[in-house]
Amino acid sequence: MDSTLKNVFDSFQGKKEELIPILQKVQERYGYLPEDAMLEVSRFARVPESTVYGVATFYAQFRFTPIGENRIMVCRGTACHVKGSVGILEEIERKLGIKEGETTPDGRYSLETVACIGCCSLAPCVMINKKVHANLTPQKVAKLFKKD
Amino acid sequence: MASFSQGGGVLKKRSKTEGTRLKVGLGACGIAAGAMNVFEEARKTVEENDLPIRVERTGCIGMCHHEPLVEIEEKDGGRILLGEMTPEKIAPIIAQYMENGHIDPDNIVAGTDYITENDPFFSKQYRIVLSNCGTINPESIDEYRETGGYEGLARAIREIDPDEIIREVLDSGLRGRGGAGFPTGLKWKFTKQAAGSPKYVVCNADEGDPGAFMDRSTLEGDPHSVIEGMTIAAYAIGASDGYIYVRAEYPLAVSRLKTAIRQANEAGLLGEHILESDFSFDIRIKEGAGAFVCGEETALLASIEGERGLPRLRPPFPATKGLWGKPTNINNVETYASVSRIIQNGASWYSGFGTEKSKGTKVFALAGKIRKGGLIEVPMGITLKEIIYDIGGGIKEGKRFKAVQMGGPSGGCIPESLLDTTIDYDSVTKTGAIMGSGGMVVMDEETCMVEVARFFLEFTQNESCGKCTFCRIGTKRMLEILERITNGLGREDDIERLETLAQSVKSGSLCGLGQTAPNPVLTTLRYFRDEYEAHIKEKRCPAKQCRGLISYRILPEECVGCGVCLKNCPVDAIRGEKKQVHEIDPKKCIKCGICLDSCRFGAVEVR
Repeated sequence: MDSTLKNVFDSFQGKKEELIPILQKVQERYGYLPEDAMLEVSRFARVPESTVYGVATFYAQFRFTPIGENRIMVCRGTACHVKGSVGILEEIERKLGIKEGETTPDGRYSLETVACIGCCSLAPCVMINKKVHANLTPQKVAKLFKKD
Repeated sequence: MASFSQGGGVLKKRSKTEGTRLKVGLGACGIAAGAMNVFEEARKTVEENDLPIRVERTGCIGMCHHEPLVEIEEKDGGRILLGEMTPEKIAPIIAQYMENGHIDPDNIVAGTDYITENDPFFSKQYRIVLSNCGTINPESIDEYRETGGYEGLARAIREIDPDEIIREVLDSGLRGRGGAGFPTGLKWKFTKQAAGSPKYVVCNADEGDPGAFMDRSTLEGDPHSVIEGMTIAAYAIGASDGYIYVRAEYPLAVSRLKTAIRQANEAGLLGEHILESDFSFDIRIKEGAGAFVCGEETALLASIEGERGLPRLRPPFPATKGLWGKPTNINNVETYASVSRIIQNGASWYSGFGTEKSKGTKVFALAGKIRKGGLIEVPMGITLKEIIYDIGGGIKEGKRFKAVQMGGPSGGCIPESLLDTTIDYDSVTKTGAIMGSGGMVVMDEETCMVEVARFFLEFTQNESCGKCTFCRIGTKRMLEILERITNGLGREDDIERLETLAQSVKSGSLCGLGQTAPNPVLTTLRYFRDEYEAHIKEKRCPAKQCRGLISYRILPEECVGCGVCLKNCPVDAIRGEKKQVHEIDPKKCIKCGICLDSCRFGAVEVR
């Protein structure tokens, strides 16, 4: 087991109820859930491998492939939807040349949608890494990526 | 109590003034609008010039349409609210204010006495749950206590018998603010009476409805009120452990909760021997992992236990068999925050607000095509019209109101003809929508109701946990039908087919998700059937939104050939020489509408 994983396990007792928090911590360190790590989690939390996989695949938060350097999350909540978030998503897809759920070949951007960020009064909005960009229009989308 | 006595009783005035304070609204919305930069710039200005003014952080004051918001609290207790602040604006404002007390009126959203002012955004509201949001520093337990916080808990532990507390909550008439409206006191009573120990108290902060941000704002703006409410519940029920299940998408709420729990522990208000009594209670935070179904109480419990979030059959209800099979009381954020105020001020005070069967106030997140969107709290019994037109200022850009969506994916769309509906559990349910947790998304003439129904079905279909066949497959079939209708391929019998499927999904599902998933379709069919028929029979989208049914063209008589649309078109579908009439190639056009939005001459037409 590598030291990263050992560090994660050190803050837990290895109980089944900790399974989701453990997986969250593992993903925080690696950016995704590597298969080997999930096998170690199964041994540590003393639950079958199938259960670890079953839980991990149930929740939308968990990923099984590495993520890009910058994580783009397009809000698809109701307020954003009625204010044109489909157009925002499409514009980002065109600008980056990838579809929702994909990562650019150079590994710089991953594009996801999220159910609702909760910034409904500033719709439509997009979260890039931890920063929310509000009141977007397709024209403003171009500017988001110009800076980089 | 005193703080509620003046005027509209909307926002509290502080009792103690300790010099001028400048408060920056640092909720997630404010930060999204750039408030952190304003906060840092303000602090820098004050420090560099050694000014006698304190720069502080606060939660969401609710006027999201004016974010970022800064409030200046004057020495004499007067308050001035500044809107649309930027780092560039704030430094000169502070300098001028400190020099001669003047602020350019252009920057002011609400004046010194806006607390009692006739601005309907505030005067029609009554803030109980939100009374501290946007006025106190959410990271300071002292400020919470200055407003009377934890006095209710102290009174409960020192003076009141647990059964008496439950009776007080029952008498207050408080009903679950998560949406279903079950009497809170009754739930507590069942949990207390249930055999088995230990007992648990759980806070459902898995605010999953798209279009809802009430709980996020409460947790970010006043986390102690939720902790106090949970602790009172634990004392009344006899629980020793509590969990707050909060969405991982709300990092700021999680961090403020952690701070608040640590502070409460240090102050002896949480942990072992609370207030030197025999009562001990601990609260742990569990972060959700992105599953809408976990807002359903039994799925939430499964998730805390480390399982897939699959709902369980009820009964037994969590009150008798909940977390690890033990009696568990689950309420949502707003319910617990209300409890703190009820125990502090008394049941009769609380039941003085609202209607006969729905007491107190309700927090709503007002968003969509509304002029003044934001976080509001209103007494039960107010009408939808008052909320949308008086508080919300009506529809954006002078467009015509079409519907208001209440209750998220489990709710429905209420049409203009029912705008006199009062806000109480029973009246809202009669419309086919539900009170829900408080999301209120306003739609105008440019919103296609069939498309809205498709949007919600796509959401619930995606979030169905898959346990019940009707929910798993029925929603999928319904979605397919709605997709073909919005693509212009609807069939004559599709409406009947949708209605039949809707009934099957409702009756064949175990939990609230499936039982309510067809509501958006059923309410739009009930009130906007003509729109469905226009799509199916006339192959026409009245709102001009469904791309399979519309086309864009440039009006030659209006086009001046400025080239803006040509430049902005993402797929190069527009041709034309400068100063000549432009043209859209219908084969290339993807109907994104960017040309329509960017044309300043009204030369783009949608049909």
